[in-house]
Amino acid sequence: MSRAMWIDWLRPLDRKLVRDLWSIKGQALAIAVVIGCGIGMYVMSKGMLVSLAETRNAYYERYRFANIVAPVKRAPNALLDEITALPGVRRAETRIRAGVILDVAGAAAPITGEIQSLPPFPQPHINDIVLHSGRYFDPQHEEEVLVLDAFAEAHQLEPGDHLYAILNGTKKRLTITGIVLSPEYVYAISPGEIVPDKKRFGVLWMNRDGLAHAFDLDGAFNEAVILTSAGTDEDALIQRLDNLLKRYGATGAYGRDQQISDQFLTNEINQLETIGRILPPIFLLVAAFLLNVVVGRLIDTEREQIGLLKAFGYSNAAVATHYLKMIGVITLVGVVIGILLGLWLGRGLANMYQDFFKFPFLLFRPPPDVYLVSIGFSLLVAGVGTASSVRRVMQLEPAIAMVPPPPPDYSRAARWLERIAPWVDQPSRMILRHIYRWPKRAAMTVLGIGMSMGLLIGASFSMDAMMFMVDISFNVIDRQDVTVNFVEPRNKRAIQDVLHAPGVMTAEPFRAIPVVLRNGPNVRREAILGLEAEPDLGRIVDTEFRPVPLPEQGLILSDKLAELLEIGTGDLLRVEVRTGRRPEVDLMVSGIVKTYMGTTAYMHLDALNRLLKEDSAISGAYLLVDPDKTDALYESLKNTPVVAGVSLQEQAQNAFYETLQDSLGTFVFFNTLFAGLIAVGVVYNNARISLSERGRELASLRVLGLTRGEVSYILLGELALLTLIALPLGALLGYLLAALLVHSFDTELFRIPLVISDSTYGYAALVVVLSAIGSGLLVRRRIDHLDLIAVLKTRE
Amino acid sequence: MEDQDYPAFRAEGLTKIYGSGDTRVYALRGVDLEVPRGEMVVLLGPSGSGKSTLLNILGGLDSPTEGHVYFDHQELTAFDDQHLTRFRREHVGFVFQFYNLIPSLTALENVALVTEIASNPMSPEQALELVGLEKRIHHFPAQLSGGEQQRVAIARAIAKQPNVLFCDEPTGALDSKTGIVVLEAIARVNRELNTTTMVITHNAGIAEMADRVLQMADGQIQESRVNETPCEPSALSW
Repeated sequence: MSRAMWIDWLRPLDRKLVRDLWSIKGQALAIAVVIGCGIGMYVMSKGMLVSLAETRNAYYERYRFANIVAPVKRAPNALLDEITALPGVRRAETRIRAGVILDVAGAAAPITGEIQSLPPFPQPHINDIVLHSGRYFDPQHEEEVLVLDAFAEAHQLEPGDHLYAILNGTKKRLTITGIVLSPEYVYAISPGEIVPDKKRFGVLWMNRDGLAHAFDLDGAFNEAVILTSAGTDEDALIQRLDNLLKRYGATGAYGRDQQISDQFLTNEINQLETIGRILPPIFLLVAAFLLNVVVGRLIDTEREQIGLLKAFGYSNAAVATHYLKMIGVITLVGVVIGILLGLWLGRGLANMYQDFFKFPFLLFRPPPDVYLVSIGFSLLVAGVGTASSVRRVMQLEPAIAMVPPPPPDYSRAARWLERIAPWVDQPSRMILRHIYRWPKRAAMTVLGIGMSMGLLIGASFSMDAMMFMVDISFNVIDRQDVTVNFVEPRNKRAIQDVLHAPGVMTAEPFRAIPVVLRNGPNVRREAILGLEAEPDLGRIVDTEFRPVPLPEQGLILSDKLAELLEIGTGDLLRVEVRTGRRPEVDLMVSGIVKTYMGTTAYMHLDALNRLLKEDSAISGAYLLVDPDKTDALYESLKNTPVVAGVSLQEQAQNAFYETLQDSLGTFVFFNTLFAGLIAVGVVYNNARISLSERGRELASLRVLGLTRGEVSYILLGELALLTLIALPLGALLGYLLAALLVHSFDTELFRIPLVISDSTYGYAALVVVLSAIGSGLLVRRRIDHLDLIAVLKTRE
Repeated sequence: MEDQDYPAFRAEGLTKIYGSGDTRVYALRGVDLEVPRGEMVVLLGPSGSGKSTLLNILGGLDSPTEGHVYFDHQELTAFDDQHLTRFRREHVGFVFQFYNLIPSLTALENVALVTEIASNPMSPEQALELVGLEKRIHHFPAQLSGGEQQRVAIARAIAKQPNVLFCDEPTGALDSKTGIVVLEAIARVNRELNTTTMVITHNAGIAEMADRVLQMADGQIQESRVNETPCEPSALSW
């Protein structure tokens, strides 16, 4: 059906609406797209947030993810009854969990992993597994294992394949019978790392008896997992568990909030929430401003029509409704664009998440209220943005409206402006006076462009910050090539053995012990890392990134840990050691250092051993390795019984960069696109409005003999000037947005430094300038086609 | 190179058609015309008679569907947009019915806008003095009356010392008293600078001040009459 036909069905005022909208379609679309970006971001982040949270909850519920985990050194199985009898325990189970080194065909470097016991079929009640393919192991066959899906996928392992594992010092050949998912490893990450590396962290499940046998834990367990009853005070239960398990070498029970996979998952959900809270309102604010300018201007040009309609007997409300409909149509088009965009982005994000978070299912399904909020909030923002214009429509008296508005008065220009006026040519004077005459509009334009640039910086800086964090973490703090963890603490002399391993150039000992730190009501389950006085590989640094030597006495705390414990230098901190003789002492905080990952406490190695009343024991070593001999070293480590875990810096760094490119890269790309659209929306709308306001003025200049270039300068020169003014503002807004994001992403897991590189500022400025030039060219085409004849006859 | 006997403008068979098919409108139907140098020409005629279209074509704002226009020895109808812009810039002054001053520039600056890009302009002050506004040069358009604004527009049009001055209904938005002041300014420019001047009006009274009166109707020149005794604008009334 042609337009002419359906338009006949509309009432005259609605026909005017359709035609008016058609005549400003470019501007209307630009506004709708800006609204769409905001809504799209909202639908994506909120929808994903809800989908992730619901998926997580359903997964945890269905597979009975433990509320509390209580690791011990060794406890008799009979203790289970006592644990089950504790108030608040709905159900408890025991298991064996241990670190292993894995050797898979085709992988040169040794792989760190974990192995867990499972009861013979039926599966465990707590922390159940999802059998993805293959079958459950046969309890009769001790070498049969189940493997975590992500790891199997990364190494293309299938049921029937084999792999090797060092179980408590003995290398064993294992057969895979099944590939599984587990709520414990939604985010499968090696402890101490920040991004998951499917290739370098593997988890195996094995029959309880076989594993007990391998780890000398027959009739015993080394971890209890607990489901709590609803309404249980978890802290109290953890306290009771710790008391009960103290004798068995408990390192401290912990809840889901300390479970590493859940921590990362929660962190991601919180980040989505932050993005959903900060970014969409910025877009909608810009959209409100655009609507304000465009509708305001439209109403100015339609003064006489408004007066006429009122003179004919249309009520104030009817005329105002006419304009409200126009605002509503633009807004709703924006919302529709936004919802479609949000669904599309959300599906993409869900696919990306499937790579990081291993759920049996993950559907991007925003709840209905997301759509309702999108519509409601957009209309509200549009209403607020255009309220003053609509009020002006209501207040226009017909008689006054039908007289053209008085010419704008430029006589009250600022004195400073007039002082510089003689120095510039007439067109430049027009630019300056025009800006001065409508300072609010100029300010809003500058603000709008500035916001788009700020958004770009806010989106892209995270890449700088992450790179900086990685650089500091891997090249300034942890400078080792390889970290080796022993199965049990060994005498310091073991460092000599390590030095004799192939390719090892330097070896530096460390000791890590589990502790509970208490400062008043603030309690943290942490590790103290004992280092040499002036370590050269695994270092600690101050806020200026200078290495900090470890004092003979006292503790050095990570800045985040100090913040969580609310403690400062010179204060005493209660330290409860959860290993060996379990001493409990008060130690002085002798320094606070900068860390970007984790919340570690540091001590002088000798002081730590004195505290433990042990003679110079170490739990591992940092190594510097001859790059030509890494393969020989890897081969040797894979066959060293005393080694429980190996972490390789280079691979960790590469995994980090890859993850960054995949996830953050996509995020930055879309934000650049969105911010560019905002810049285009703001600049294009302003140029179009200026053109429609000043078309007559510019056309008469053309008649007077000014060239197209000279006339374009008057209009586009103003926009260029405003864009230039907006650049420093944009840099400032970007910095503030980055600071806000840094603040809200500050978690126990990692902190993002507020680092914005010059190239990020430059890139943001470039995108804004290019967007402005693009909009300028679009408008320039219209300037070239100004109707020179019409101006001779028409009145403003 | 100026040849005093050669006409300022010569047009041959000018036809202008707007639209196509059923909606074709003939604005001009084969107009032939010669405008001698330095003359004051008044174009009279009702709305739609084609006088504005003719003026637009002569002024280089529009091009005819058929026919040729010569300015001095050059064929305007052969010019591209760039050349037409240069033609307007160097040789033509325009005065509009609604003044079309730039509100953000003072009277002096509005004139300077044109003198800055002209090759042989008079000073803006001089141009404003010629229209009797030497005392109002620093006022913005919003601070000037309609008649004063129109006189600024005339000063702006003649400051570059154009060969021709086109005025489209210059008094159309003014009362008769103010209109006469404006016409006096136009007459003075024509007389003192020897600027060929064409004034469009539908007000027959104004024709009394012209050297030549062209009466237009239906896209054709119905009558071309030479006025042997043009009178002073102050003697006009309507």
